[in-house]
Amino acid sequence: MLTLEPMTAPAGRIARRNPAAKLGVVAVISIAAVTTTDPLTPSILLAAELLALPFCGIRLGVFFRRCRLLLFGAVSVTLVNALFAAEQGPELIHLGPLRIGETALFTGAALGLRMLAVAVPGVVVFATTDPTDLADSLVQQLRAPARFAIGALAAFRMLPLLAAEWELITMARRARGVDAGADPVARGRLFASTMFALLVGAIRRGTRLATAMDARGFDAGTPRTIARPQRMRTADWALLGAATVVAAGAVAVSVAAGTFQALFA
Amino acid sequence: MASVELRGYGWRHAGRKARAVTGVDLRIGSGERVLLLGPSGSGKSTLLSALAGLLPEDSGEQTGELLIDGVEAVKARERTGIVFQDPQAQLVMARSGDDVAFGLENRGVDAAELWPRVDAAMAAVGFPYGRERETNALSGGEQQRLALAGVLASRPSLLLLDEPTANLDPEGAGQVREALRSVLAASEATMVLVEHRVAEVVDLVDRVVVLGEGGGLLADGPPGRVFAEHGDALTRQGVWVPGAPPVPERKAAGSPGETLVRADGVGRLHPGAAAPSLSDVDMAVAAGELVAVLGANGSGKSTLALMLGGLLRPTSGRVLLTGATAPPHKWRAPALARAVGSVFQNPEQQFVTSRVYDELALGPRRVGYDEAEVARTVGELLERLRLSPLAEANPFTLSGGQARRLSVATALATAPGLLVFDEPTFGQDRRTWTELVELIAGLRDEGRGVLAVTHDRDFTAALADRTVTIHEGRVAC
Repeated sequence: MLTLEPMTAPAGRIARRNPAAKLGVVAVISIAAVTTTDPLTPSILLAAELLALPFCGIRLGVFFRRCRLLLFGAVSVTLVNALFAAEQGPELIHLGPLRIGETALFTGAALGLRMLAVAVPGVVVFATTDPTDLADSLVQQLRAPARFAIGALAAFRMLPLLAAEWELITMARRARGVDAGADPVARGRLFASTMFALLVGAIRRGTRLATAMDARGFDAGTPRTIARPQRMRTADWALLGAATVVAAGAVAVSVAAGTFQALFA
Repeated sequence: MASVELRGYGWRHAGRKARAVTGVDLRIGSGERVLLLGPSGSGKSTLLSALAGLLPEDSGEQTGELLIDGVEAVKARERTGIVFQDPQAQLVMARSGDDVAFGLENRGVDAAELWPRVDAAMAAVGFPYGRERETNALSGGEQQRLALAGVLASRPSLLLLDEPTANLDPEGAGQVREALRSVLAASEATMVLVEHRVAEVVDLVDRVVVLGEGGGLLADGPPGRVFAEHGDALTRQGVWVPGAPPVPERKAAGSPGETLVRADGVGRLHPGAAAPSLSDVDMAVAAGELVAVLGANGSGKSTLALMLGGLLRPTSGRVLLTGATAPPHKWRAPALARAVGSVFQNPEQQFVTSRVYDELALGPRRVGYDEAEVARTVGELLERLRLSPLAEANPFTLSGGQARRLSVATALATAPGLLVFDEPTFGQDRRTWTELVELIAGLRDEGRGVLAVTHDRDFTAALADRTVTIHEGRVAC
């Protein structure tokens, strides 16, 4: 998961933005998308997001390839909802025994669109934010405790090691005559015991890492200084402002068009 | 430039009956360079952690006193820096420069002063890349040099090193020692080094302190005198004393028997990798011979061992065990365990159960021995590998040497004709090392074929009947 094809150049526009500002964008869009159950609001949000992609320096080919599963998910959500609530509203589609009502299709589409409207900025932010920058920004802009942010970052660095460790444990067990073959119960048991061995190893290594971090003064209680300052620049405020305007605008249009339906009403 | 004073110092880890360290009286003057030796289990690492102030009061019970510049070690943490054995467990950040900066941030070093100090520390250890270099892309030797830089940047007056080269191949270990040599020449820091490969580091120190097996100090003085007076005792304890007689050769007496396994043009391209980690390797192992596979870390030699052991699928060429038609990676595990015993570098990765007895019984049960046969096999192995007193112990609580013996025993339990070892002597003291050499020689002389991946030159010199060197994924001529 850490060797994914990069979605932007390292100096791409969105990659240079402050991670806290990017998290803010995701939050604002998500709030707008979940206030209402109509399909219009998420449609406007999604359209705005897709229009913004090229201006963010996103490589569109990579982006759409990464989003294939997401799109599949959204379509499935739409269809499942449309089918299970099929009889709601005036009949729209009639295919053999299948009757899909207008209301059902609209509700389903609204759900699928909301999922996309929230997920697209999420994917972009995740793929264009360096974990180190994110941790720095969490501490500096959002006042997260360094013990949490830097600790999580150190743990994140060890993730690729876990994959290699998993392979090694599996091979070591095979060498001992332990495999599961085709039996699903045996497979489940072997998976669980391999997972347990992996966790034990990870905890052991994590403890050693924590000791090494403390040895370098991480728990000293001295106020930490900042080696990599993260600032909210004009462009970061502008990005956050633009997202807020789009989010508010989408809701306003929906209210004006009379389609707005508050989620809790 | 710190001075260290221990008076009757002892430490017992919470939850343990025995003391890890007892009755140590020691004064280390400012600027002294000390090599700390002792048999495994004598508390060297615990003592080093204590000096680093990493044993908080509530984690055990202290006796006596341990002072650094007259202050308790826990309160003198700003003055000490420690480098551990495992590079992966001490690098914190994704980028090299950030990692060195980490300690300085923690200690509140001013932003203006911080980066110049990072650069200076990286230059001091001869780090070959810039600040942006990813720490995960570094070799072990580079990672350890980076860890050293991270400690140096904080300008410790007491530098502690806990077997900093034990996890590295000879080339990486040499790089780290070189870095250490130039760092020490330019610094006035007091140093305490734990390392059982003495010959390589003896010129870095001016004093040797040896912990006794039952507590206290066995010897203390200049290296020449300590080794002259106590050399034999140290050798018996497992220390690699410089100038000690070499271990006698144990080459195969007879000529090799029938071929057990053959690799024809095998190669391996890891998924997602641009270039194969191994290509076009032809080799064979016969009964009654020991073939050592040599090469630097990352040369592909471990990959080769896994493929010959039927644990990894070759992406080109094929591996065949004599008498079989299907390649071993397709075999079911119990059949494989009867033919090939693989012993991994880290014994703990191979342990499945929570009792030494069960660990040994696992393989025989899986391949279908009845309980009487299982009990007999386990009994013989416990006896042969001197594990009988530990039959009820948890494998994860064994010492390094015991765990290694157990992992060898588990591979023998299903009586395979071919044994594949990955770094069997890695990081072992001389006592365990000698035992392993004897044991593996015995297995070969019983008529088993042995393949050992190793960068241990002494092991190769003592045992190997043939060597195959892998260089950058190919057999070197």
